[in-house]
Amino acid sequence: MRAKFVLTEAATGLWRNVTMTVAMILTTAISLALLGAGGLLYVQVEKVKELLFLKVEVTIFLDEGVTEDQRDKLKTELEGDDLVQSVEYESREAAYKRFQELFKDSPDLVNNVKPEALPESFRVKLKDPRRFEAMNQRYSDSDGVDKVSNQQQLVGKMFKVIDAIKTTTFVVALIQGVAALLLIANTIQVAAYSRRREVGIMKLVGASNWYVRLPFVLEAAVAGLIGATLAWISLILAKFFLLDGALDPIFDSGIIPRIPWSYIFATGPLLGLFAVLIAGTAGWLTLRFYVKV
Amino acid sequence: MRKAVGRRRTLSPNAAARLPRAADTDGRQRCYEGTLDSAPVITLDGVTKTYAKARRPALDDVSVSVEKGEFVFFIGPSGSGKSTFIRLLLKEESPTRGRVAVAGKDLATIRSWKVPQLRRSIGCVFQDFRLLPNKTAAENVGFALEVIGKTKPVIRRVVPEVFTLVGLEGKENRMPHELSGGEQQRVAIARAFVNRPLVLLADEPTGNLDPDTSVEIMRLLDRINRTGTTVIMATHDSNIVNQMRRRVVELDRGRIIRDQARGVYG
Repeated sequence: MRAKFVLTEAATGLWRNVTMTVAMILTTAISLALLGAGGLLYVQVEKVKELLFLKVEVTIFLDEGVTEDQRDKLKTELEGDDLVQSVEYESREAAYKRFQELFKDSPDLVNNVKPEALPESFRVKLKDPRRFEAMNQRYSDSDGVDKVSNQQQLVGKMFKVIDAIKTTTFVVALIQGVAALLLIANTIQVAAYSRRREVGIMKLVGASNWYVRLPFVLEAAVAGLIGATLAWISLILAKFFLLDGALDPIFDSGIIPRIPWSYIFATGPLLGLFAVLIAGTAGWLTLRFYVKV
Repeated sequence: MRKAVGRRRTLSPNAAARLPRAADTDGRQRCYEGTLDSAPVITLDGVTKTYAKARRPALDDVSVSVEKGEFVFFIGPSGSGKSTFIRLLLKEESPTRGRVAVAGKDLATIRSWKVPQLRRSIGCVFQDFRLLPNKTAAENVGFALEVIGKTKPVIRRVVPEVFTLVGLEGKENRMPHELSGGEQQRVAIARAFVNRPLVLLADEPTGNLDPDTSVEIMRLLDRINRTGTTVIMATHDSNIVNQMRRRVVELDRGRIIRDQARGVYG
């Protein structure tokens, strides 16, 4: 088996049907770009959710001038409360540290917030998160308590919007992905048909199935790889112009931590590998079951 | 001369070529005298093949066997089943009923991914030559070696030898469209023969050639047959059949109506 032979066959094949190849690559690129974007969004949101959302259900913010007695009394009450699963005390310093960690990619935000701005609090996990109202009633008027806040309320709506965006991105990526796969299947069929004479002779002479199929599978894989590269470039451009440009204020406000460059760079090889495997497999399946090469 | 019993069940062609040859009185040449594997090269046993939507079977309860070293003509009008016969041997089709065996092996037991291996042991020549148009004559022949994994040095050595055998020395670097019909067919025969196959199938090899060139091709096939390769030729060229006086199997509408040792076209 000569590597040069099969690679030149793949390249010639792609060039012979340039229009189809371009269509195949573009749809793959769009699908993968959306997949990558959706994936990055998903990772960021999960990070924030994990830190904010799941870790703490109810936050009881304490007054600035809360006394030691009040604090202790509250703690005992909370620990004995049948609605409460666990109680965790967070001092001002601890709160500030956590804030710094969470928004470390938004240095402007961090620099504008002083440690004193963050109050001390009890982070309370409820056995049943829906019983917030009861907690609110019980503790909001207690001594030393500034506010009982349900973080779910605060960020819930916003997360709903972000989730919707994320789901839409994935759905569109999926639809584009199906389109890309169908285009790959079609291109392979056309390629196999236009080379049916050579394929026939190869089979006659006793070339093994994979030897005959390999150039076509490679065509699909190479097209997938080019598509993945385009997708990667588009993500980089999006980060540069969009995320760090027009959408920068969103990250500055601190709702979502910034997506770091390292994530964007890591997405590239992942998309590439994914594209090569899926495209190659699609090509092979088309040959095996549809074209019967 | 018997080779010691071991993993090989047949003599290699080189060894067989050194054996003394005996020509039987009935015209068949048996060249592998000491082989341990005496199964016929081709066996059809009660084979029926009906294509979908066809009104009658292409082959109807056909039983025939071809021994090693034979030269057999399969004759008959269009639609008599000659091409179907060849397609069954190459496992391009499977019989509706009956058993097809090559070198004693039932083709039905061959898995689909092993079919290429079967085809490597069968050399095939067609009426339309079937050469790859953008490869030279030598590359076309070398291709058959390439697909079975032979290395470049081996190919460079073997291909000129077989070009000499078919009488095309000096034409190795011509493209198919630069060769005459007869020369193209010689290249096709060279490709079919280069791997020293068990059997050489020829489906109307002289169909596109003029009478004189046809005779040249037949002499080449005869030369190949003398090396011990079984040759099966489907044709409706009566002149050739009458001249060569070999075994003739006549098909008509899917049935064998004649199987004669030194036959004529009839």
